Amino acid sequence: MLEIRNLHVKLEEEDKEILKGVDLTVEAGRVHAIMGPNGSGKSTLSYVLAGREGYEVTEGEVLFLGQNLLEMEPEERAAAGLFLAFQYPVEIPGVGNMTFLRTALNAQRKARGEPEISAADFLKLVREKARALKIDADMLKRPVNVGFSGGEKKRNEILQMAVLEPKLCILDETDSGLDVDAMRLVAEGVNALRSPDRGFLVITHYQRLLDHIVPDVVHIMADGRIVKTGGPELALEVEKNGYADILKEVA
Amino acid sequence: MVAVAKLTPQKIAATEARLEGATLPEGAGWARAAREAALERLRATGLPARRDEYWRYTKPEPLYELPAPRAAVFDAGGEAPVFGEIDRVKLVFVDGVFDPDASDEPSLAGVEIARLSEVTQADIHWAKDLFGVLEARGQSPVPRPLAALNTALAPDGVVIRVTGKAEKPVSLIYLHRDESSDAMLHHLVRLEPGAELTLLENGPAAARFNKVLEVDVADGARFHHVRAQGRDHERLAATHIFARLGQESTFKSFTLTANGRLTRNETVVEFTGDDAVAHVAGAAVGDGDFHHDDTIFITHGAERCESRQVFKKVLRGGAMGVFQGKILVKPGAQKTDGYQISQALLLDEGSAFRAKPELEIYADDVACSHGSTTGAIDETLLFYLRARGIPLEEARGLLILAFLAEAIEEIEDEALAADITARLEAWIRRHRRAG
Repeated sequence: MLEIRNLHVKLEEEDKEILKGVDLTVEAGRVHAIMGPNGSGKSTLSYVLAGREGYEVTEGEVLFLGQNLLEMEPEERAAAGLFLAFQYPVEIPGVGNMTFLRTALNAQRKARGEPEISAADFLKLVREKARALKIDADMLKRPVNVGFSGGEKKRNEILQMAVLEPKLCILDETDSGLDVDAMRLVAEGVNALRSPDRGFLVITHYQRLLDHIVPDVVHIMADGRIVKTGGPELALEVEKNGYADILKEVA
Repeated sequence: MVAVAKLTPQKIAATEARLEGATLPEGAGWARAAREAALERLRATGLPARRDEYWRYTKPEPLYELPAPRAAVFDAGGEAPVFGEIDRVKLVFVDGVFDPDASDEPSLAGVEIARLSEVTQADIHWAKDLFGVLEARGQSPVPRPLAALNTALAPDGVVIRVTGKAEKPVSLIYLHRDESSDAMLHHLVRLEPGAELTLLENGPAAARFNKVLEVDVADGARFHHVRAQGRDHERLAATHIFARLGQESTFKSFTLTANGRLTRNETVVEFTGDDAVAHVAGAAVGDGDFHHDDTIFITHGAERCESRQVFKKVLRGGAMGVFQGKILVKPGAQKTDGYQISQALLLDEGSAFRAKPELEIYADDVACSHGSTTGAIDETLLFYLRARGIPLEEARGLLILAFLAEAIEEIEDEALAADITARLEAWIRRHRRAG
């Protein structure tokens, strides 16, 4: 589904290489986790995959469902089925949550040559998905993320994911700023989306999220590279011993 | 304090040149006296010049010099007419001349509607107490010579007295057909205690339009005003609203301006009774040869009154926006709540916004705040929308509309707000970047 080959990325504004040759393959139906210390390049990887400006790819390629992802606009990537749950979801005053969701869903459908969803069907869809995430009608009516708590913002990200039904879900530090209850809700929302034709890339600093979203594969990222890959036990090792031991071992 | 410009020989010459050959419209003795008094006010200050502090950002001469610059008539094609879905009493003016055939029968329960040209022939005491009266009050501390010119010379207008709760809006429709028309209208609205009226205005009116609206809102009365100024690219307009608010009254005015070469909209509000509310809002969207100036002056002369000014401008292609907004709190106007925000969204580097917010406060127990910002579309928000699949131009459009939302929210009536929103959406669609 997603194939990242020897990806090198530097910041456009300064001559600083952040990703130094990332190789990673995510298959449909599998959950891959990327763990790593701060500054290892995890969030940069998620932004580059989603198409944020400000990064320059100097080497390597990324294939998403066989297409050259790096040549696509952010909205094309979304319509093709890539979704990034943001570490810091933005507040958009003046744009209602429902309007935003419906505009996004219909834009994606239009891009794929599918008919737009009717207002009634949309309402039904959102209500059903929102209920599971304990998102009330008031949150849906408000402008996107405005006045939402940290936990509400993250739940809203998962709601968008549930409504848009992407093929590849990238979760960037979705656990940051969440208390235990909110994390459980978010994890349940993610687990409900797990399916044989959907892939996940879960980026996290801590192991605790992976207690709830159990990964198939765990990668350790350090200094712009994947330095170690293993099963869920690798996450437990990080939890127990920190990153230092692993980094020493691969150095 | 705004310094009153000196009456220079140049100003006297410009004023006399404008008045040369002008004759005062026919009317009864009281009306003639009111017009002559307005001429005196005009001659005392002279017409505005660019060197006047109050006209620092907007060139006034094209708004009065003779002959009026020509303006091509804009053809909106098959576009839905503004307020087309709203049930209203329509009064139509073509290049400033009332067109009875195109207008509705002016009958509305609790509302008397007449023409200024008729009223000024008769002896109607409430009109006598209003015509030129609020305009004259509004000449201090800052002169508004174009309004005095209007009181002296405007041949016609609509005169409305509201004694009950009007069941539908009165809608003034200004059509522009003649490329060289130079129109003046002067409207009077008197809301008796407890009365309610919504006044709608739309259209370019003329190649050049000078309009004064005097609104007297008595105790407990409510006045709503929504206008959409015409889209004709070359038209010029100088408009003034003078409002006087009695106790516990409400005044809400919203203006949409899309295009127009030069627009100066002045709103002058005076609180004379306690516990009244005045909201003045505007959304202006302009592209290219567009200069839009909102100049607001709110005088709190009573206690516990609330005023809000919300002005938003979206500018591109070298367009220019101006905001001059003042809150004056007089001694004794305690518990005043004054709020003012003016913001511009610049879609390119060639466009500009100049803002002059002013607070002048002589009472010690008040809450007044003001803010002004100028900026571009937030790239972080844009990326967020695109990352959800919304194409670039559609995402930009959503953010432009979101930027304007705070001003549109000032329109209380949902159907009117929806109509204005539809106009703005259409503007955004028309002005999407190529490609």
